[in-house]
Amino acid sequence: MERGDVRLTTDPAPAVAPAPRRRGRRGRALSYLGALPFFLYVAVFLLLPVGVLAVEAFRATDPVTFEETWSTDSIMAITGGAYRRAYLGSLELSVITAVLGAVLGLALAVAVLRARRGRLLRRLVLTASGVLANFGGVPLAFAFLATIGNAGVVTALLTDTVGLGGFSLYSLAGLALVYLYFLIPLMVLTITPALEALRPQWREAADNLGASGWQYWRYVGGPVLAPPVIGATMLLFASAFAAYATAKALVGSSVPLVTLQIANALSSNVIVGSENLGKALALGMVVLIGLVMAFYAWVQRRTQRWLS
Amino acid sequence: MTTLAEGVAGAGSVAPRTPVRAGRRRSGAWRFAVLVLLGLYFLIPIAASVWFTVRDRGRGGVTFQHYVEIPGTEGFTAAFTRSLGLAGLTVVIVLLLMVPTVVLVDLRLPRLRTTVELLTLTPLVLPPIALVVGVRSVLSWAPDYFLNTPLADAFFALQEPSLPWILVLVYVVLALPFVYRALDAGVRGADLRTLTEAARNLGASWPRVLVSVVLPVLRTSVLNAAFLTFALVLGEFTIAAILGFETFPTWIVRISGSAPQLSVAVSVLSLVVTWMLLLLISALDRRRGTKESS
Repeated sequence: MERGDVRLTTDPAPAVAPAPRRRGRRGRALSYLGALPFFLYVAVFLLLPVGVLAVEAFRATDPVTFEETWSTDSIMAITGGAYRRAYLGSLELSVITAVLGAVLGLALAVAVLRARRGRLLRRLVLTASGVLANFGGVPLAFAFLATIGNAGVVTALLTDTVGLGGFSLYSLAGLALVYLYFLIPLMVLTITPALEALRPQWREAADNLGASGWQYWRYVGGPVLAPPVIGATMLLFASAFAAYATAKALVGSSVPLVTLQIANALSSNVIVGSENLGKALALGMVVLIGLVMAFYAWVQRRTQRWLS
Repeated sequence: MTTLAEGVAGAGSVAPRTPVRAGRRRSGAWRFAVLVLLGLYFLIPIAASVWFTVRDRGRGGVTFQHYVEIPGTEGFTAAFTRSLGLAGLTVVIVLLLMVPTVVLVDLRLPRLRTTVELLTLTPLVLPPIALVVGVRSVLSWAPDYFLNTPLADAFFALQEPSLPWILVLVYVVLALPFVYRALDAGVRGADLRTLTEAARNLGASWPRVLVSVVLPVLRTSVLNAAFLTFALVLGEFTIAAILGFETFPTWIVRISGSAPQLSVAVSVLSLVVTWMLLLLISALDRRRGTKESS
């Protein structure tokens, strides 16, 4: 644990001891050769597909001659109409669920970590979070369908007892409810290490100096937690923005979401050039995420400067 | 980027002992409220799903018919074994790729650490659907440009529906962040540099160091990484659906129309079984931790 503590206050640069160099330059070259498979793999299976996306989004297929040309038609098409709505819908859903998920996940993580005799509870919550956050959206979608879908158990219960039927699972609000089911666990997993790194001594020191609980969080806990909380919220945003399985299994394609539009564009064999449209939409997603991450990096640098 | 991914792979990490402060009972109320409310939010769908699947609509009462039916349902065996195979292959490849890289970067190439970290964490924020659209474009080169060359044959072989290797190769990319985090935590926690230097000074060869020092030290991290990857592949939907292969999750979606209760039964079962396995692994992890009093 001491290791984790140190990283909070100092730069994470590892203390590099001068390695014994017996083989000099040749050994070094050999080491680089050992790292080559990794870089090759990433180049072929991560960078190449994204690069191809960036190029082929600017290609167009002529509907008559099937000739390929350079064109910005697809890029133009995705900035308006249904596609624009899809981007906005995705952004709205991801921002709302990311913020809600971050707040609720943080609350849950704090509550679990501080619980008395909570070792079992904590292990249960952490492992359950691992499953819900990583296992994927299809099982979750079906669990919610069985609960508050049209024929769901709770739906039946509510309509029978209160006569309530206003809420629809097949809407943005319904999707948000399901998204939180994997975003809150993701927040718990991501923020728990940062919470564990908050040393109880800091709280004791603040208490001894006469600080109130609010003052502790305002001047000590808050500033230390801010960077990891912002980072985790970004991760939640990216995760909600990219979610496809849950939406597909729940609503088919009746809700404006960009992931659903991409899948539609790819599966449509009728319209020539819809493949290029799918690439343009996907490229748009990458660019948006890139912008958000650049903003995040900027914020992170700012907060770090403010902390030091 | 580092803090962003901090702990995504932390399901099995050993937690420090946090002394609980005496007093301050006042704030216990909101914790209790949070635990109860979120507990209800997380338990109700699971409970409702179980009820949805065991309720006998015809006669009333309880039936386990939908659970019993699972193994015999059309397509289940093929899809599930395919997913298991894909998961196994992904675990093997990602470990073969990442264990040497992480160890090498830690021991001999610390200058590459930032680059490796950045590259492995990219799939965490890159939407899988964007990645798979790119992969699809690359795969379509085979009929478009490379027809009748060995390369095209290789491309087609990757897309064999019974065992789509292309899925394995893409899943390795998706698993990179989790595997890297788990292995990196293991390497940092073990002070590998000192251990390997000691072994080298005592006259061990590099291969010997790798097998008898590095791997045993990283055992828990490797287990953690392997399990996370396995769960990831078993649950992955987007890539398989877009590339048009039938795996376990796409099969669930396909049968959900004709057999809604069965699809819910499979979903609940897969969640609970995965959770049990993870609990088991974390228990093993902890026992090891206390035995070595780390």
